[in-house]
Amino acid sequence: MTILANVLSLTVIFAVPLLLVALGGMFSERSGVINIALEGMMIIGALAASFTLQAFDKSGFGAGAPQLAMFVAILVAGLVGMLFSLLLGFAAINLKADQTIGGTALNQFAPAFAVVLTWAIQGEGLTTIQLPGWLRITRDTLGLPEAKNPQGFFNILFFKYFYLTTVVAVVLFIASYVVLYKTKFGLRLRACGEHPQAADSVGINVYKMRYAGVLISGFLGGIGGIAYTVAAGSGFTSNVGGYGFLALAVMIFGNWKPFTILGASFFFALFKVVAAYNSSLSFLPKFEGLREVSNLYQMLPYVVTMLVLIFTSKHSQAPKAEGIPYDKGSR
Amino acid sequence: MKDKKTSFWSSPAVAGVLASLISIVVGLLLGFLLLLILNAGAAVSGMGTMLTAGVRNLDQLAKVLYQAAPLMLCGLSVGFAFKTGLFNIGASGQYTMGMFFALLCGIHFQMPWYVCLLASMLGGAIWGVFPGLFKALFNVNEVITAIMFNWIGVYFVNLMCANTPDMLAGSWGGSSNDRTAALSAANPGALLPKAGLDKLFAGSTWINIGIFISILFAVLVWVILQKTTFGYELKACGFNRDASQYAGINAKRSIVLSMVIAGALSGLGGGISYLAGTVQYVMLKNILAMGFNGIPVALLANSNPIGTIFSALFISYIQTGGSAMQPTFSAETINIVISVIIYLSAFSLLMRGVISRLLAHRNEKTKGGAAK
Repeated sequence: MTILANVLSLTVIFAVPLLLVALGGMFSERSGVINIALEGMMIIGALAASFTLQAFDKSGFGAGAPQLAMFVAILVAGLVGMLFSLLLGFAAINLKADQTIGGTALNQFAPAFAVVLTWAIQGEGLTTIQLPGWLRITRDTLGLPEAKNPQGFFNILFFKYFYLTTVVAVVLFIASYVVLYKTKFGLRLRACGEHPQAADSVGINVYKMRYAGVLISGFLGGIGGIAYTVAAGSGFTSNVGGYGFLALAVMIFGNWKPFTILGASFFFALFKVVAAYNSSLSFLPKFEGLREVSNLYQMLPYVVTMLVLIFTSKHSQAPKAEGIPYDKGSR
Repeated sequence: MKDKKTSFWSSPAVAGVLASLISIVVGLLLGFLLLLILNAGAAVSGMGTMLTAGVRNLDQLAKVLYQAAPLMLCGLSVGFAFKTGLFNIGASGQYTMGMFFALLCGIHFQMPWYVCLLASMLGGAIWGVFPGLFKALFNVNEVITAIMFNWIGVYFVNLMCANTPDMLAGSWGGSSNDRTAALSAANPGALLPKAGLDKLFAGSTWINIGIFISILFAVLVWVILQKTTFGYELKACGFNRDASQYAGINAKRSIVLSMVIAGALSGLGGGISYLAGTVQYVMLKNILAMGFNGIPVALLANSNPIGTIFSALFISYIQTGGSAMQPTFSAETINIVISVIIYLSAFSLLMRGVISRLLAHRNEKTKGGAAK
């Protein structure tokens, strides 16, 4: 039972970045801009938030009000991610550039920039930004008494890996759903990804809407970045373990819809956790005689994605106008 | 005479080269700006190192050529796919598979180097089939398939290497089993021949015939694209799939074949780079960066195979310079420069348009002046 609780709570903590980032990708693509720069946006957001947390730790503010400090760091991650996403928006919307290539540039830029800046600030060769130890939400934070049984199922499930990012993700997930489906803004955004010419003809500013989509993806991507770093637990090392690309798969797997994206992110996170802990999970097949079996499990989510794509691509609900720069003149 | 000059300046190729040069200059300037911000005192010497390290001595120059070979092949791979309207972001996975097939043949089966190179092409081609087939049969975006197969490739190769114990360094007198065996110990016959080049380069270990193989393939790709019906069909398919289909070209076949060839090129890159015997594959859970660097190589060359020769040499040159900048600055500074270059290439079409308009404008002006 302890193992199950561990696996479940780890799944939640790793599903959080996937969910946030895939939702970000969803906003961008439903407005019509392909965003393969999610990985880069995560890295930039995580970089900014990690330095913020480090500064709070040094000033003593963090230890005094840990969750407030964490909230500010999350906000910083989102805003810096947003700022970074402007680069994609500018290339894709104003200059009508190839969106995939623009995104590739951002993906190349982000980790390099993170390493260079970390070197410059921390000194030569110090490439890890250590996260402070006060980030976790404990029973104490919530004013609860000490657990009677610290190794109990529910205590592990709820408190072993409980961070503010999880709470933020729940709020942002609900907000994303409401914004996309229950507001005028969401309807207009979706129209720009399906048929921008029609949207324009009824007076919607396609460029503005697409910028909004890209900026939201930068915001969510940045927050996803710090959520991943917190989940990974060993500090920020100028990468997010390919979660940005995984989130892209989650988004497609989730058919560009919030609830299916939620399901897909849990599915992927579960696979990732199982892959990482396969040796301690007794119910998994062991493949006697095979070495480094973890590789097999790590491969699985990608293989399954491909299989699912084969069966769903016929009914794919990809935004019809994604990837095509909108040109007013071609209406 | 004057007419000739005018037509030279207004040709699209010139505009393309100028656009690439502008991208490079802007990239380098931003890189310099970054160095200034980070450490103003060392910025000038750092930039100097970046720009001159590649020709500082014969060993460094040999390293530039050594790195340029796989870069060129990955660039050719990405560029070839571009010509067919496909974005091959999977060069990294194909490169990894090429490396694995080459080392499998070289170490496990004790084959000579040319067999290993053929095997590396096969390995890359197999990994190129998937994005092509998925696109042709199921209409799955090749970018997604390629990204997935980059990761599948890493884990697959790690799994296979770990389960082929005689491929690992431990079986050949090495100390650690987290990497493949050194070729010099396992099978010297699988090493790429040096053909006397090492004497020319003052005994440098970097140099071998890899760079010539790459250049040969660049020319070969140019011939395929420019001089054959097959190449014409691929390009037609890239320009307008529906129109080419209407003209009787099998677009699905073109997509798959294009990806297979692109994959074989990247795979050969993996083979060349690891059969040099200078590096061993370390089983990390990371995607190898080489394939991704093929993207700027192809973009800078505007996907022209002959241009790729020069852009690969350039990227390799500044990468060598970047390593030489350590430890004052991180070598990653180069990746920032490269990312700026990619970013600018993303709207190179726009830039090329502006340049040719400017050139045309200038020509008109000079003509007008002459008339007066």
